[in-house]
Amino acid sequence: MSTLEFCDVTVSYGRRVAVGAFADRIESGEWVGVIGPNGAGKSSLLRAAAGLVASSGTISVDGSPLAAMSDRERASRVAYVAQSPLIPDDMTAFDYVLLGRTPYVGYFGTESSHDRAVAVDVIDRLRLGEFAGRMMGSMSGGERQRVVIARALAQEAPVLLLDEPTSALDIGHQQQALELVTELREQQAITVVSAMHDLTLAGTYTDRLVLLDGGTVVARGDAADVLTADRLGEVFHVCVTVDVDPDDGTVIVVPRRGFPAR
Amino acid sequence: MAAVPADVTPADTVVTRTGAWSSANRRWYTVGAIILIVSIVLGASIGPAGPTSWRVPFALLDHLPWISIDSGVTDAEWNIVWRIRMPRVILAALVGGMLSVAGASYQGVFRNPLVDPYLLGAAAGAGLGATLALTTGRTVTMSWPVDPVPTSAFVVAVLTVAVTYLVGASFSGSSPGSGRSGVTLVLAGVAVVAFVTAVQTFILQRNQDVVREVFQWILGRLSGATWSDVVLILPYVTISCIVLMLHRRHLDVFRVGDDEAAALGVSVGRTRLVIVIAATLGTAAVVSVSGLIAFVGLVIPHAIRLVAGAGYRRLIPLSMLFGAAFLILADIPGRMLSSPAETPIGVVTAFLGAPFFIYLLRTRRLVG
Repeated sequence: MSTLEFCDVTVSYGRRVAVGAFADRIESGEWVGVIGPNGAGKSSLLRAAAGLVASSGTISVDGSPLAAMSDRERASRVAYVAQSPLIPDDMTAFDYVLLGRTPYVGYFGTESSHDRAVAVDVIDRLRLGEFAGRMMGSMSGGERQRVVIARALAQEAPVLLLDEPTSALDIGHQQQALELVTELREQQAITVVSAMHDLTLAGTYTDRLVLLDGGTVVARGDAADVLTADRLGEVFHVCVTVDVDPDDGTVIVVPRRGFPAR
Repeated sequence: MAAVPADVTPADTVVTRTGAWSSANRRWYTVGAIILIVSIVLGASIGPAGPTSWRVPFALLDHLPWISIDSGVTDAEWNIVWRIRMPRVILAALVGGMLSVAGASYQGVFRNPLVDPYLLGAAAGAGLGATLALTTGRTVTMSWPVDPVPTSAFVVAVLTVAVTYLVGASFSGSSPGSGRSGVTLVLAGVAVVAFVTAVQTFILQRNQDVVREVFQWILGRLSGATWSDVVLILPYVTISCIVLMLHRRHLDVFRVGDDEAAALGVSVGRTRLVIVIAATLGTAAVVSVSGLIAFVGLVIPHAIRLVAGAGYRRLIPLSMLFGAAFLILADIPGRMLSSPAETPIGVVTAFLGAPFFIYLLRTRRLVG
């Protein structure tokens, strides 16, 4: 149960500004999808919130600025799943999930029985029990992704940042991963920010979208407001039609053949 | 989600298998300790001169408190065992254990399997230090209380690694994740090692009279080891090993990458620095008394990974035990092969270790 607030957040690499003066307030239990073309600053924004890149401005959880926290304290508030996490092939799924308890283990300490219990609980909750003793290298992409999400959940952080959580998955596993996040968010009121490429999925699963281009916000709001054919054509240089399902209001982005007018 | 079978294995059955003191870990530590003790006894028993080999284990037992056995070893023979062989065996254990643990730690912290403890310049620096002492110092420092060669080797080794670290750090970005990234440091190491080696070659080329001496030093030796050598490096090795043991869990976190480690609350740059300093101090200390014993620090950790798994919690203590045992055993043919002359230990480690490692690689690959 935590709000995540960005106030005038700027991320730059040398002279290049990746994210410029970003501001938003993500309510407790809300899921915000960050969309935009490659290089728009989606990952940089998430990495800044995870404390992985330096940023100016303030990012705070429940009003406490992350910059003022120790690394461990920050990690107990914000969990982060990288776009393509480095996964040691010869580590068991259980040990991998247990790494999520790192913020709670003292510098010279070792995981307590409580830490192990949390890891076991997360694994069981994600129905990964049968994989717990298996090596990460022996799993399929979809299984691994669930284990990676399990690791982030074992962190027990109220804010979960997902960088392209479904980019390496087939359509079935994409849906399963996103359903999983939805389920967990509803059960535990986790605040979720995810960078996503699939616009239809982003619109379907998240509460709200933020469209970035060149590091600045182009549009934000409901999927129906943000995902318009004109705007997408302008930002992504793509030719699409946008349909709205008359029954449930789902916004469907369909790519069309041909080059868009530039 | 894939269909969940009705009888899903509960995760807690796995937990008991992965605990720090699980039965599997205990079994490995016991095996390692037994092999180490057997190696020490063998190392003390075998040698070109001295008492009959089979009597020595009894003599060792006889010298334990509360045990009295008539081993038939004379006092003069016991002196050979205790004053000549034993310091050499213990020194081999310290050097082998230290190099393996340092190698494993370096490999972990840089996530690079080709890394050995000499990577950041500890070996090249020690070589230069020894060369400097042997060429310029010997005559001046005859009256010094400590041998200038190990001292100079140690100091220059530590300085070289410090330079590597500073050079590497100055190139890395400001972000905590990429800061002091492993790759930059490794590359800085390559450059600094090349430079230091060039300086050493230049000095050697102008002092041809010590080439043989320096070359022998570089090949590594344990002969002539005394208890004072052991005492000299013991504090460094102890501190270094304790620090590295305490960072076993951090090394496991490093396996998922700098970014993920930072996101998990690990101060990547600082933790890496602590581990590198500990591994370097220990390496520089053992190199300064034993010379450059190749192969141990690179291959022992890999051999252990192949048979006992890659987790650092088990790898670090096992590297200590098996590295120590390996070097003691490798030293035995070293002193017997061309007796009374010595075969350099660095030659033996590679000669025995390389085929053994290839064998492990082949069999384990086939198994899975």
